[in-house]
Amino acid sequence: MLKIIEAILAKRIVTENVKTTGDKRMRGQLNNMYGKNYTCCGACVQVCPVNAITLVDGKPEIDYKKCIFCGRCVEVCAEKVLQHSNKEALAEILTDAQVEVKEMVTAKLGRSLHVRHVDAGSCNACDFEMCALSNPIYDLHRYGIAFVASPRHADMIMVTGVVSRNLEQALRMTYEAMPEPRLVMACGACAAGGETYGSTYAIVGKVSDVVPVDIAVPGCPPRPSAMIVALCAAADLLKERM
Amino acid sequence: MVMRVKPENLRGAANICSDGGKHPLAAMFGADETHRGGGLAIYCLFYNTEKRSLDTVKAEFPADGPLNYPCLTTLLPAAAWYERELHDMFGFIPENHPDLRPLVLHESFPKGFHPLLKRYNKDFQVRGSRQYEMIAANGEGLYEVPVGPIHAGIIEPGHFRFSQAGEAMLQLDAKLFFTHRGIEKAVEGKTPMEALHMVERICGACTVANTLSFCQAVEKLSDAQVPKRAWLIRTLAAELERLYNHVGDTGNVCAGVGFSPVISMGARLKEYLMQLDEVLAGNRFLRGLIIPGGVRYDVDEHILEEIVEVLHEVEKEYINIEHIMWEQNSFINRVRTTGVIKELTAFELAMVGVGARASSLTRDSRKDMGYGIYDEFDFNVVTESSGDVEARIKVRIAEVKESLKIVRQVITALRYDNSTEIAVDLGTLRTLEGSWGISESARGDNVHWLMLDEEGRIDRLFVRSASYPNWPALTIAVQGDIIPDFPLINKSFELCYACLDR
Repeated sequence: MLKIIEAILAKRIVTENVKTTGDKRMRGQLNNMYGKNYTCCGACVQVCPVNAITLVDGKPEIDYKKCIFCGRCVEVCAEKVLQHSNKEALAEILTDAQVEVKEMVTAKLGRSLHVRHVDAGSCNACDFEMCALSNPIYDLHRYGIAFVASPRHADMIMVTGVVSRNLEQALRMTYEAMPEPRLVMACGACAAGGETYGSTYAIVGKVSDVVPVDIAVPGCPPRPSAMIVALCAAADLLKERM
Repeated sequence: MVMRVKPENLRGAANICSDGGKHPLAAMFGADETHRGGGLAIYCLFYNTEKRSLDTVKAEFPADGPLNYPCLTTLLPAAAWYERELHDMFGFIPENHPDLRPLVLHESFPKGFHPLLKRYNKDFQVRGSRQYEMIAANGEGLYEVPVGPIHAGIIEPGHFRFSQAGEAMLQLDAKLFFTHRGIEKAVEGKTPMEALHMVERICGACTVANTLSFCQAVEKLSDAQVPKRAWLIRTLAAELERLYNHVGDTGNVCAGVGFSPVISMGARLKEYLMQLDEVLAGNRFLRGLIIPGGVRYDVDEHILEEIVEVLHEVEKEYINIEHIMWEQNSFINRVRTTGVIKELTAFELAMVGVGARASSLTRDSRKDMGYGIYDEFDFNVVTESSGDVEARIKVRIAEVKESLKIVRQVITALRYDNSTEIAVDLGTLRTLEGSWGISESARGDNVHWLMLDEEGRIDRLFVRSASYPNWPALTIAVQGDIIPDFPLINKSFELCYACLDR
């Protein structure tokens, strides 16, 4: 028993502020490094395994909802104009207003968001990162956000994975079991973009093909910090709907 | 070695190859070769640790002939789920199989839909109404408890049906494959490089193991030699993956008994290890590092130094966690004699990984198959004999220490290694040749079997994850224990759903 108390006291507070940048090797958002005179060779569009890149006026545009951050486009880019930054791609509804996380946190205190997780066919990477949200370093509870055991208690379902045939009904029923107002977050490239494994007999599609989606979180998987930013944004959205 | 037999002789051939169970069944799967003028085929792979290889038996079914054959399950119980899958995916009929209910394809698929046939019904919209009956015990005072597929915690989906006599679990039936995404079909017709991102995403927590097995299967089809430095970095990644899994699971198993301080400690250490993975691979799950032919990123002294530092810190605290766990009598009371798998059961089910080693079986593909450069490193295969939750926790804790031992040796080797080549061009790959790769994940060995078609595109990829042979064991381990022990027993195996479901 003494050992437990000793171990708890020795560590003090390990909870960290949320940073949306990672290690320098991290494959994050793609940097916009192309100049005016540059014409894209299109190799990135060809190589992208999840069809996340399209050419707009001869320049590559990335759909972060689909991107799995595999880095193939950076490898094949002839002019080396596509480069990974170590910044996370942020949740879709946040892309216009890059809110300072700290301000956001202060604004969130005193409110709450209750979340039910639904694995709709994920590879479990997103699920692992969601579990990490409750560890002492991210400590999700400090934002007034908690995971609950039943959709009946939830304001939002956080869906991971591309919707599989075997889970389509479970996803619909979980959504229908939630009281209004209700939100749906598509968490990760499978849920938001649905292109990770192409289309097969066993896949229905992305989450928005089955239930309406309010927030899309890019990443494969999204890092815990990206999930926190998205969850705080969801709490905002819920307030508007109340 | 490939033994080719007629369907009616499969049982006899399997009996010879398994050598009285000495060579356990590693995998069993079908392949459709009709587009090449052949028929359907069933492949059985057996571990052969003396030759450090997998023996193959191939049963060839004539084109348009019947798909019946005498089942293997009554001879080798480990074949039970494989044969149910063969029945679902190809329409094979294993005669006298004790339980031919669906396994992979649930109610929404039509009858007679066999997606791994080359000529299958491609209309994805078609819906059906198959029956998927759950097995339950009947009798006065008995009742059923259904759980899932959406659970109360943040875990993967599975449906469990408990048959209860009061608190005691009489029987458990598990309905899995909810996250079945059809990855084996999705990679068909793709080059190994085009399929790589899907293989990496079969399972999050076994990313390195799956990629490593797949890459080895691809590399066996080439004459090129993967550089030593690439293998050092691969080994480093594989052991880092084992570490974050085992360290996290040590904490997580305590969630099965509500032992909060250790849950937090384990989760914190796991987080440090995953942050370390991002330093090495640019991704917290080590994705994007391993490619056929080698690795994508080299390591420098700065990275090695950071790994040494973090591991030093983690090891110190991990030993502390171990002391805390074993000084709580209330904890020991819950884990000892709970969820027992006897050695014979583990043997008959051909279990792998921590589950097998906690029941006295000395199975570890790093030693048995000696893939990569594991022969150059000094480490032990740890076993326990009681087969209960306590034994599985102890094996896991001991393996963390062995893993740290390997990582330190790898880092020393990397520091003395002056080469710079980290990947080799594999050139043109041999086609129409069966090839397998194996690697030891945190959950046991992971087998991939691959065949390329004439154009070098994937004709068949079979993925047998470590969780596949261990899932049926869970339903046996719980029998007789009380239902509040189920989460504890489940967590002590720590099986992947995504790996199994594919």
